[in-house]
Amino acid sequence: MSDLSANQDSWLTRNKLSVAPWFFLAPALAFFAIYVVIPIFESISLSFYEWNGLYAPDGSSTAVWVGFQNYVKLWDDPNFWVSLKNNLAWLILYMLAVPAGLFIALFLNQTVPGMRFYKSMFFFPFVISQVVVGLIFGWFYNPDFGVVGSIWKALYCEETTNILGNVTFRCSRNAPDILSSPEWATYGIIFAGLWPQIAYCMILYLTGLNNVASDQIEAARLDGAKGWKMLWYVVLPQLKPATFIAVVVTVIGALRSFDMIAIMTQGGPFGSTNVLAHYMYEVAISEYGERYGYGSAVATVLFLIMLVYISYFLWRMYQDEKVSR
Amino acid sequence: MFPRPIEKSAPAARAGYQAFLPVALFIWLLPLLAIFATSIRGAADINSGNIFGWPTEFALFENYTAVFTQSAAAQYMLNSVLITVPSVIISVSLACLAGYALAIYKFKVAVPLFFLFVAGNFIPFQILMVPVRDMSVQTGLYDTIAGQFLFHAAFQTGFCTLFMRNFIKALPFDLIESARIEGVKEWRIFWYVVLPLVRPAIAALAVLIFTFVWNDFFWANVLTQGESAKPITAGVRALNGQFVNNWHLVSAASLLAAIPPVAMFFLMQKHFIAGLTLGAVK
Repeated sequence: MSDLSANQDSWLTRNKLSVAPWFFLAPALAFFAIYVVIPIFESISLSFYEWNGLYAPDGSSTAVWVGFQNYVKLWDDPNFWVSLKNNLAWLILYMLAVPAGLFIALFLNQTVPGMRFYKSMFFFPFVISQVVVGLIFGWFYNPDFGVVGSIWKALYCEETTNILGNVTFRCSRNAPDILSSPEWATYGIIFAGLWPQIAYCMILYLTGLNNVASDQIEAARLDGAKGWKMLWYVVLPQLKPATFIAVVVTVIGALRSFDMIAIMTQGGPFGSTNVLAHYMYEVAISEYGERYGYGSAVATVLFLIMLVYISYFLWRMYQDEKVSR
Repeated sequence: MFPRPIEKSAPAARAGYQAFLPVALFIWLLPLLAIFATSIRGAADINSGNIFGWPTEFALFENYTAVFTQSAAAQYMLNSVLITVPSVIISVSLACLAGYALAIYKFKVAVPLFFLFVAGNFIPFQILMVPVRDMSVQTGLYDTIAGQFLFHAAFQTGFCTLFMRNFIKALPFDLIESARIEGVKEWRIFWYVVLPLVRPAIAALAVLIFTFVWNDFFWANVLTQGESAKPITAGVRALNGQFVNNWHLVSAASLLAAIPPVAMFFLMQKHFIAGLTLGAVK
């Protein structure tokens, strides 16, 4: 210590390798702590309070400690269970993006002229905002003037013109209104969500396929391997890193699904398409006043589910780190 | 190469493959093509239910101008730019510094800190929503451009740091070592040795973060209220309410919202894909 006060320069110079990283880290760390790390703990603690987001005139928060009451309420809340069930449906069905992405990547992994163009066009849906994808599919599913409605009309409807000259359609079956049906709406949204997600998985696999060791493929080919056998025993093992990333981003995407639900159904009809991410927003910022405590409880549950995957991912990364050291 | 190159197949198979490609692409992009076709139709076609037939009139120019003159779309677009550009600059700069620290220096908490950034990148937004919104209201950042880009910059710093740290870690360490022996100061090593080498990583991150932030919808809803600070994604939803049943205008507005990230992607394709597929190859 006396050394430090006597000659700060030499202390800094001697310890520069242990001090320097903190100078480089400080801005990012401070920023990240304020907006990400600390809010996580604040949310968890808020889930034990009831709070409408208001402050008393003296500046103190009006939050009231209620213990586990928010979680007890959550347990009895049918909307919560519907959201959780839908989250599960998202998780399972969204996984289809991984094999579908692989399939398209295999289809496109050729070198005919113009292939680059085709590859980037197939990737296109991922670049568009989910809001736009939601609008596109909302319109796509529209039973009156969307794509689904028009195909239906072509199949099941007859066009008739009455005496006044108005065109009406007589349909043997009414066109399905997918997004207004409590049973089908969630699947309609997931299907729309798969579109950009498949594109993402495809690009991961295309990059992976690019780096498959060709000597192994040729050797296996000489041994008579081809088709599915070749794919399963020779190619897929080499694509493991791509598969891992594809699964991780798909799980995260499934649990984060918010934009498309907000755009296509806003959780309806009757809350049947809600997922935790959207339900949290709905209860926390509703027209009937903020319910920050209850919303935070929903968010905490979602966070804990995600934490399982995050821990697994970090554990895998840690294994890789140990190897590379 | 797998599958077997099609050039080695029979000419018929090759021709079949090449003929099928555009068909497959057409089906894949059908929703997008349909909405584009709608965006250039006149109102008459929409009302009479002519969605797939040949348009009776082409209103490409009229529709896209109408979006700007009949709504706040221009304001929304400008807001998106004002939110996105600072987010990219701040998060990438912070990540260059942090990534350098985590990759080059050997100190005890380097790996835990790195994992903190990685983990933060994967958490659901909802766990941050209430505190961030409350903090923004308290500091006067609610419903402002700055309130949004500060949050985005901080959040994206997680992903950027993950990317940068791995990129810098893969650089030859001898470069830094020899600079140190020469007595070069640490920050000068960063500035003159490392920074020029990470340019490809900066480019990849810039396009990716641009797209991520531009396409954000959740925070636009949480942190804004009126037209003055709303980005185009939230704006398109507002337009959707305003242009009910004017599908040609809604389509045009949606496509306008998609243009900047799409342009970014096509201009910087190599960097974009390099960034996105990080870790997909060992």
